[in-house]
Amino acid sequence: MALKTEPFVVNIGPIHPSSHGVYRMRVTLDGEVVVDIEPIFGYLHRGIEKLAEERTFTGIIPLSDRLDYIASMSNNLAYVIAVERLAGIKVPERAEYIRVILVELQRIATYLISIGAFINEAGAFFTPFLYMFREREKIIDLFEMVSGQRLTYNYMRIGGVSQDIPDEFLPALTKFMETMPGYIDEFDTLVMDNEILLARSKGVGILSGEKATNCSISGPVLRASGVQMDIRRADPYSIYDRFDFDIPTGSVGDCYDRYRQRINEMRQSLRIISQAMKQIPASGPVKADVPHLIHPPVGEVYSRIETPKGELGFYLVSDNSIAPYRCHIRPPSMINLTALRDMVIGWKIADLILIFGSIDITMGEVDR
Amino acid sequence: MIIANPGFNTTGILQALPPDWPGSFWMHWFIFTTVIINAVLLLVMAFVWIERRGMGRMQYRLGPNRTGPLGLFQPVADAIKVLLKEDIVPTNADKIVHWLAPVVAFAPTLMIFAVIPFGNGASLANLDIGILYVIAVSSVSTLGIFMAGWSSSNKYSLLGAMRNVAAIVSYEIPLVLSVASVVVIAGSLSLAKIVEAQAIPMILYQPLGFLIFFMAGCAEINRSPFDLLEADAEIVAGFHTEYSGMKFAMFYLVEYAEALAISAIITTVFLGGWRGPVLTEALWFVTKVVGVFFLMVWTRTTLPRVRIDQLMTFGWKFLLPLAMINLFITAIQVLVLPESSMWLMIPVNFTIATILILVASQFFKLGRGRVEV
Repeated sequence: MALKTEPFVVNIGPIHPSSHGVYRMRVTLDGEVVVDIEPIFGYLHRGIEKLAEERTFTGIIPLSDRLDYIASMSNNLAYVIAVERLAGIKVPERAEYIRVILVELQRIATYLISIGAFINEAGAFFTPFLYMFREREKIIDLFEMVSGQRLTYNYMRIGGVSQDIPDEFLPALTKFMETMPGYIDEFDTLVMDNEILLARSKGVGILSGEKATNCSISGPVLRASGVQMDIRRADPYSIYDRFDFDIPTGSVGDCYDRYRQRINEMRQSLRIISQAMKQIPASGPVKADVPHLIHPPVGEVYSRIETPKGELGFYLVSDNSIAPYRCHIRPPSMINLTALRDMVIGWKIADLILIFGSIDITMGEVDR
Repeated sequence: MIIANPGFNTTGILQALPPDWPGSFWMHWFIFTTVIINAVLLLVMAFVWIERRGMGRMQYRLGPNRTGPLGLFQPVADAIKVLLKEDIVPTNADKIVHWLAPVVAFAPTLMIFAVIPFGNGASLANLDIGILYVIAVSSVSTLGIFMAGWSSSNKYSLLGAMRNVAAIVSYEIPLVLSVASVVVIAGSLSLAKIVEAQAIPMILYQPLGFLIFFMAGCAEINRSPFDLLEADAEIVAGFHTEYSGMKFAMFYLVEYAEALAISAIITTVFLGGWRGPVLTEALWFVTKVVGVFFLMVWTRTTLPRVRIDQLMTFGWKFLLPLAMINLFITAIQVLVLPESSMWLMIPVNFTIATILILVASQFFKLGRGRVEV
């Protein structure tokens, strides 16, 4: 005879150790088993899209920093590319290479955090997190070198970057590039051979490729489900068509695949950086001749790039004034969350946290 | 509590006192209890420091280093901070149970140390059924934890408390079985006799028993990777989510006192207790206890947490059969081998342990984990 149990509701978040910010889930539990979840967000809403209408095109760059605040270089790039397409601005060669190097470094830094947080949510007591942070710190130092900032860089400009990279940047980057592959291998073996992590993540929270496509999921979560879709290859922006890199994919689409996906993509990012370091022009302008107040022609543009979280799109409408008439952001974090409910139902509450962690969201982007 | 030969057995720290020093039975009891409680509290503070500094080293950071030399006074600072905090009781809490829970959890943990021999004969009570007493008493603190979870009227607390009860029920059995195989070799339940029987430490006779006891012990006291009841990523702080101030300090103390208790039991039962050359008995004891605790810190920094169904599966389908087979084999060995050739057990048992673990891990399968709803 089965015992009759009564489901009860637990609020996970907005203040919770693993809510990745202020995300809130109203979880209906039957004992330990998740019966239903209802996502509630908006606790970090700052009205960035509306604020953007009141600012000049250049003034929106700092706002884009605050979207996915742990990958602000990528956000900068997504926004400036949108404006450049709208206004038809050609970016100097050296600036393009600097952008690619920094954005790929940002991808590695963000993946490091997401892997660290993922294993932390599996219950490892901060050790992997701090190992990842040790390497991320080196990338942050490189960013500080070029932009003076460590979190919200505000480095890219419409038509280039705000200033040329300092002389010591490339030697420091070379040094980083020499050590990083070893560290990635080390993380990989440390975690790959861990029976508990395998037991926790293999086969957990499976997201099929078909479902992922239907939910418009993008980024490493989509590729881990076996769909070979990367905007860097599918719809090349900047100078990504010049580099030789693979697009790794997962097979099952479980938490483990999503974790592996990020490890593999870090290796590809390193490949891109090393190619870019060889090809970068030794000198030259880093900013096109752009007026201080840009008046893009009347029109609209949707431009998207591949950020560490997925497809970050900016939809801009211009009425030939100094500010956009409308600015809409397609946040990958938020759209990746849409499949969460189907992935977690039937799993335990511990798995819910793990699956949620494997999607890897940033609340700044979900709420905007 | 039964106190056997109080005047006779008070060696160790009290050895300096004359054998006919004034004072009644209750005087001895009072003094020894004070010494034990203070020793436990001091060791707990040392443990907090070892854990925080050791963990810091393993995680590429320094650990606390602002309070005193090497951060030695960090536990004191922690204690003062926690004691000065406001004591908040939730409105819907069952006030009496909420108040009683930390005491119920803490008292049995202290009581374990009554029978632990800190030196030759230096224990408060040399019970004939020492190990049975330890296992019986240590289970009581579960009650305190469940009381805390239940009375807080918080769902996280309740989940944590339920997980704790499930873990204790499952892991008590392999724990007892692995101790039983030691008892079979030593021929006594008394902890003092078990130590006396260990001219060669029991870990060599019982490698598998040691591993099972260590794992089951970690699950009993909720150390990582079995620390499900306070899984901070899932259920915030588990049973003590709604505790603050002094009561929280009590639970914090329980956590480390339990770790100390399990380390002390492992030391006594498997590592030869106070026995050892050169150093004094108490020093050997403390060294071994710290060594075992360091092993726990190490696992905590290394391993992720298991899921509740995996915890159950691991306990019932892996540890329990192994513990039973181990007890069975040990019993046969004790029956067959003559006293003079007991050393044969060492190579034989190491081989058996390796084979058993390899075979059992081949057959061990975790469930799917997903439930249709």
